[in-house]
Amino acid sequence: MSLYYVQKFLFELNRDEGFQARYANDRRGALDGFDLTDEEERALIEPDIGLLFHLGVNGQILMHFAALHSIEWQDYLQRMRDGLISHGPVREGVYAVTGYEGVDAHSERLGQTSNTERGN
Amino acid sequence: MPLVFAGVCSHAPGIVGRADQADPSAKDRLYEAFADMRQRLEASEPDALIVVAAEHFANFFMNNMPSFAMGMADYYEGPIENPDWLGIQKTQIPGNRSLSERLIRKVMERTDLSYAEEWKFDHGIMVPLHFLTPSYDLPIIPANINCQGPPLAPLHRAWAFGQALRDAADSVPERVALIGTGGISHWPATPDSGKINESWDRKFLDEWSRCDKEAMLSYGDSQSYLDAGQGAFEIRTFMTVSAATEGAPGIVHFYEPIPIFAVGCTIGTIDLDAPQLPSVH
Repeated sequence: MSLYYVQKFLFELNRDEGFQARYANDRRGALDGFDLTDEEERALIEPDIGLLFHLGVNGQILMHFAALHSIEWQDYLQRMRDGLISHGPVREGVYAVTGYEGVDAHSERLGQTSNTERGN
Repeated sequence: MPLVFAGVCSHAPGIVGRADQADPSAKDRLYEAFADMRQRLEASEPDALIVVAAEHFANFFMNNMPSFAMGMADYYEGPIENPDWLGIQKTQIPGNRSLSERLIRKVMERTDLSYAEEWKFDHGIMVPLHFLTPSYDLPIIPANINCQGPPLAPLHRAWAFGQALRDAADSVPERVALIGTGGISHWPATPDSGKINESWDRKFLDEWSRCDKEAMLSYGDSQSYLDAGQGAFEIRTFMTVSAATEGAPGIVHFYEPIPIFAVGCTIGTIDLDAPQLPSVH
């Protein structure tokens, strides 16, 4: 596990257009210099948004990576939900202590009705 | 001189980037509230605007993470995000290096602070500016509180940062405006994006409007995380504005959960001319 370096790679990719071009041309080559496991490399190359979320990548970093791959917002959210089903709860990081509850379930639990109009 | 304007607002990227997916009437009400905030800001005739933001790994990362940072440059760039995704074109935003340095030196007398001579704005600053200074003609002084990568500075340090900003504004001749931008309860960019705890938000905003320092400082991050999501760590930005205007009442002009924007959208200003509130601590 090297969540730090997965996120470091994405942090640098998100803010550097030159790095983005390099990643577009050679995804595996762009990972050189980052201490990553095979699983993490696969997730970054494919890319596997659901697996990256399961590994613990912060959504504020991950959503820009999804946008870079032209993954539409609702699709981005669904890929993370699918990742939790496929791989299990988030392994570490900020999100490790909670599971996915769902917007509608949360609103129902709080007795709110206003949030249920969209599952987003 | 004393702050000429202070307020808070939401900064969620969906407010602009996913505007077409929202309930049109809700979106219009929010945009009207932003327009009203812009008018209030402009009426204060500021020379510069401090934006206390909670940035999202645009500049600062866990290799070298400051708890508090301020920009010290004559210009900045933004947004860092894809312009089509955010709905805001890339541009250069004016700063004021001289004013920044004088403010920073004063803030450093009361709190530990990092400074940055370059800064790429993300949605946390660009979304508010898109509405409040759409011509990008007002010098901006960015400030950041780490609300993303724990360990986070505790809430009372954010309060001290706000007090230091007030001292700093008082010490310069320029007319300085201040806004804090962030979410209250929200789970942004996660599978739970769109979850909003409205009652939690309204309780916090009531405390914010009464500048109830004791109540606001009592929020612990662990409980806030469970009740209000990791986005709630950003209440530090709202509290910084309270500390910078301690004793003055806040007015919540707009609050409405808009799930596609992933936050209870909020617009508030501080009534700087009102009589001081009785001490609540």
